[in-house]
Amino acid sequence: MPKMSLVNWRARRVTESPAAKPTSPNGPAELVGSVQLRHVDAGSCNGCELEIVSAFGPVYDAERFGARLVASPRHADAILVTGPVTRNMAVPLLKTLEATPEPRVVIAVGDCARNCGVFRGGYGVVGAVGEVVPVDVSIPGCPPDPTAIIEALRSVTRR
Amino acid sequence: MSGISPMIGAGIASGVQVVAVGVGGPMLVGAMRKVRCRLEGRVGPPILQPLVDIRKLFRKQRLRPDQATWIFPLAPVALVATVAVAAVITPLATTRPALGSGSDLFVLVYLLLVGSTLLALAGLDAGTAFGGMGSSRAVTIGALAEPALLVTILALSATAHSSNLPAIVRATLGDPGSVATPQRLFALGSLLIVIVAESGRLPVDNPATHLELTMVHEAMILEYAGPDLALVTVGEAMRLTLLLGVFVNLVAPWGVATTTHVSAIAIGLGALGAKVAVVGVVLAVFEVSMAKVRLFRIPELLAGAFVLALLGVVSGLVVR
Amino acid sequence: MTDGTLIVAGAALGLGAGVSGAALPRRFRVTAAATLVWGACALEAAAAVHVLATGHPIVLRSAELLPFTGVDLVLNPLGALFVLLVAIVAVPATLHGIGYAQHGSATRSATCVFPIFVTTLLLVPSAGSVATFMVLWELMALTSLVLVLVDHGRSQAAQSAAAWYAVFTQGGAALILVGLLVLAAHANGQSFAAIAHHARHLAPAVRGLVFVVVLVGFGSKAGVVPFHVWLPKAHPEAPSPVSALMSGAMVALGVYGIVLVGDDLLGGGPVWWWLVVLGLGGASALFGSLHAASSTDLKRLLAYSTTDNIGLALLALGASGLFEATRHPLLASLGLVAALVLVLNHAAFKGALFLSAGSVQVATGTRDLDQLGGLLRRMPQTGALFLVAAAAITALPPLNGFIGEWLLFQALLHGAASGNTASDIAVPLAVAAMALTAGLTVVAFVKAVGIGFLGRPRSEAADGAVEVPITMRLAVGLLVGACIVLGVIPTLVFPAVERAVKTALPGVGTALLAHGVDVQLVGLRGVLAPATLAGTMTVAVLVVLMLRRVLAHQPAPRVVEAWGCGRQLQTARMQYTATSFAEPVQRVFDDVLRPVQDLDVSHVAESRYYIEAATFHNAVDDGIERGLYRPVIGAVRRWGQAARALQPGSVHRYLGYGLGALVLMLAALAMIA
Repeated sequence: MPKMSLVNWRARRVTESPAAKPTSPNGPAELVGSVQLRHVDAGSCNGCELEIVSAFGPVYDAERFGARLVASPRHADAILVTGPVTRNMAVPLLKTLEATPEPRVVIAVGDCARNCGVFRGGYGVVGAVGEVVPVDVSIPGCPPDPTAIIEALRSVTRR
Repeated sequence: MSGISPMIGAGIASGVQVVAVGVGGPMLVGAMRKVRCRLEGRVGPPILQPLVDIRKLFRKQRLRPDQATWIFPLAPVALVATVAVAAVITPLATTRPALGSGSDLFVLVYLLLVGSTLLALAGLDAGTAFGGMGSSRAVTIGALAEPALLVTILALSATAHSSNLPAIVRATLGDPGSVATPQRLFALGSLLIVIVAESGRLPVDNPATHLELTMVHEAMILEYAGPDLALVTVGEAMRLTLLLGVFVNLVAPWGVATTTHVSAIAIGLGALGAKVAVVGVVLAVFEVSMAKVRLFRIPELLAGAFVLALLGVVSGLVVR
Repeated sequence: MTDGTLIVAGAALGLGAGVSGAALPRRFRVTAAATLVWGACALEAAAAVHVLATGHPIVLRSAELLPFTGVDLVLNPLGALFVLLVAIVAVPATLHGIGYAQHGSATRSATCVFPIFVTTLLLVPSAGSVATFMVLWELMALTSLVLVLVDHGRSQAAQSAAAWYAVFTQGGAALILVGLLVLAAHANGQSFAAIAHHARHLAPAVRGLVFVVVLVGFGSKAGVVPFHVWLPKAHPEAPSPVSALMSGAMVALGVYGIVLVGDDLLGGGPVWWWLVVLGLGGASALFGSLHAASSTDLKRLLAYSTTDNIGLALLALGASGLFEATRHPLLASLGLVAALVLVLNHAAFKGALFLSAGSVQVATGTRDLDQLGGLLRRMPQTGALFLVAAAAITALPPLNGFIGEWLLFQALLHGAASGNTASDIAVPLAVAAMALTAGLTVVAFVKAVGIGFLGRPRSEAADGAVEVPITMRLAVGLLVGACIVLGVIPTLVFPAVERAVKTALPGVGTALLAHGVDVQLVGLRGVLAPATLAGTMTVAVLVVLMLRRVLAHQPAPRVVEAWGCGRQLQTARMQYTATSFAEPVQRVFDDVLRPVQDLDVSHVAESRYYIEAATFHNAVDDGIERGLYRPVIGAVRRWGQAARALQPGSVHRYLGYGLGALVLMLAALAMIA
């Protein structure tokens, strides 16, 4: 018998109210209202991952704007890339992008994904995400605030 | 509207049922997701979000693995088609659906099995490790759920002396007290566990998991993209709605139309929607409150369902 | 031609086929023998159809052909149904054999003995006396024994299989003979008519003993647990036309024998007989399906699946007898209809499966599922036909397996309310057994199709497979066509089945009514509309296909590499194998299967921390063989070796034995006198 006492019956909504809708849309028109995201860690320190988890958590709740994380790139519309592209992850990143059906969008999260951040010139780093795959949306920050991530996602879903 | 011949009326009723299951299915999934989110303190996506997702998926590209055969594109089509046929012949909004004379609980179970089997084959068709893993686990769970399912049908058919679904629903309508018998209650308990197992919901399978090694159903459909994935999503939602619809009409059939008049069908549809929504909400609350059962404990869960069903049959004999 | 002449002419053609197979030169022998076999099948089938259409049996008697007893042939509707069943399997099997012979087994023994085997199969259901029956039965057993050894006669596996088969078939025949002789002795005549007339005056204990003995004898031929051990050994070793006939037709004759003695000759019996039949049926169904689900050899999987299906037929048969013993004649008739329909359907789809497994074996040289894969792309027609036959055996609508399962379920369902303790306990357990069997059959055949035909090829042999000759494909196609027809329009055969049931259960009305193309139960609430269901399913599939094409923005798929988590190397070794596919089932049923697992790890020479190679081996052997038969064989072997002490080679010892025996005999004679 499940512990019904663990269910928060008086679950108070902890989610923050949404900000204004972003005015500059990104991405193709087919993805309005629904974007499935597949996250690829190309070599990050996991700081951006924590912010992404927080963005999909109860406080910021990215799901209410139509975004959802999925497991397979075949189910995805957008690849969420974090970290600089390391040598070992260059080919897997390319293969992940190839496995995603069109129309698709690449979202680079964090300074490392945009311009290698603090890892510029490292021996294991190939380059920024933009040097390996074409990037459509990039989110600055080290790590970016969950509100910035949400704003970028909302610009794709236009919700 | 009593001027329509009964056959056309039944045809319209069945058409309405298919559309209701087809559109209501994703809405039910959306509603269950919403309830889970609210219990987590979140806002969650809108209830119509699954429909928006499906519309977007139809706009995406179709992909096909290089080693796959014609089974790969056929499986989602067969899944949706067989669930649609099941929605035609099952008494959901009315007890007089088209082709209702051949509408049997046994036929229903095997119709749904066609879709599951083809999907399992499609998982193996891609030639990847995950597909094989998903297929292997899914058919094993299906095999272990069969005894509980068929013995439940045996218990449920006892009142109407037939496994014909409209007959059972009509018999329950005529004798409401028969629902409160231990036979019926045990059988319905077992049926609910089997529905959860067959639809791949928690605690048997987590439809939102990202860890491939914990996947059962999702692993089979990892290769599907675009329209094929849309069909699979719709098919699964339709299957859940259909099974819950059958369940509510066996527990509490009041509101179901017994004729094919348009007004009666509209009331039946409304009643069905309300009842399925209630059961869906209850299931969602359960899903929030328990963790996924370990894969190798699932046979114990299904054995428990089997024992419940057997108790249902036995208590029917004792109480007789 | 009069009816009796048809049967005799058919037999003559069959023998002629055997002679031509032995005498003609290699170029003509296979085709000539095949044509004559088809002629024999056609004539016998015509006789059978005549009997089923008119309801009058054909009776033939000849005092010359067999010394002392003469030959009695009586073809009643029950036997006629089985003759038709054999003909339905034999014609495609012979066609397949023409193609199969091009790949090796066109030896004289194969082409001579095969037609004789088919002829005996056609004649056994028309035997009308104990002597005729036993002669034909033994001939059937001997010819099939020779045929098991035809393909790989020198291999250890084939010789062992033949030895097991020989022991079981002779043991079974001996038991059948004992049972029938007891009946004949009490009836003072060995014709079945005389036996049936006198059998009801026998003491119940004798009747019970005869039934059990005959059940064991025919059960071993039918592959009933625990006498099935020879079946998974012998059926895979035989060439596939022979396997198809053995699994499709010969095991059906085992069921025929049980129906013949139980219902026809003995006229039904007390409840405990049928509870035994139900128990054996349930055990066979569960054991067979479980081993099919964990088998990695394609033909062994099919052989265990035969045990499974015969178990279901025995469940139906047991239910039928139970309802008759508890005075529910309509339910008894329904149960027997279900049993006969199950056996008939089994002949069709198992024949198709074995023949296409033979095609696979010819094309790839192996029957190990762990070595196959990707065959649907390389052998499209054989693969598609195997898929349809597999769908039929897993009882998916709208094919024929579903009809049989529905009938069985209806018989059990309506019998659950019949009100006596025996059926109250037996029926839910039978339903549970039937359900678990159905689920495990799905596992077995998804494995067979998915691992064998889909994905990437797991070996060079599978990669290089090409489609087999047209004769082999056409043969499988004929049987698959029969599956589809029997599934969509089952009412075609129901009148014939009803006639057969009336012979076995006289005095009972029809259980089924054909309402157009729908199937309706008489006196009970149950309707099935297979044609409508098939039509609706086809329409639904077409509508959804059209919807996808219309709604999708880019309907033509792009071919891509399979998603492997971004891994650079994707090989066939990363797929699931048959062993891994069945692992969850094997783990759940660990106690019954007792798999033997072996993990062999070799380390790199320089350091034990690095592994060079690891091999995992998993083997599931037959639990009943291991637990029941091997200890007996071991004991017999030990006694045999102990007995060698009696023969040390000393002449003095042997003279002493002779003297001792003489003294004992004289003493015994003195005491008697």
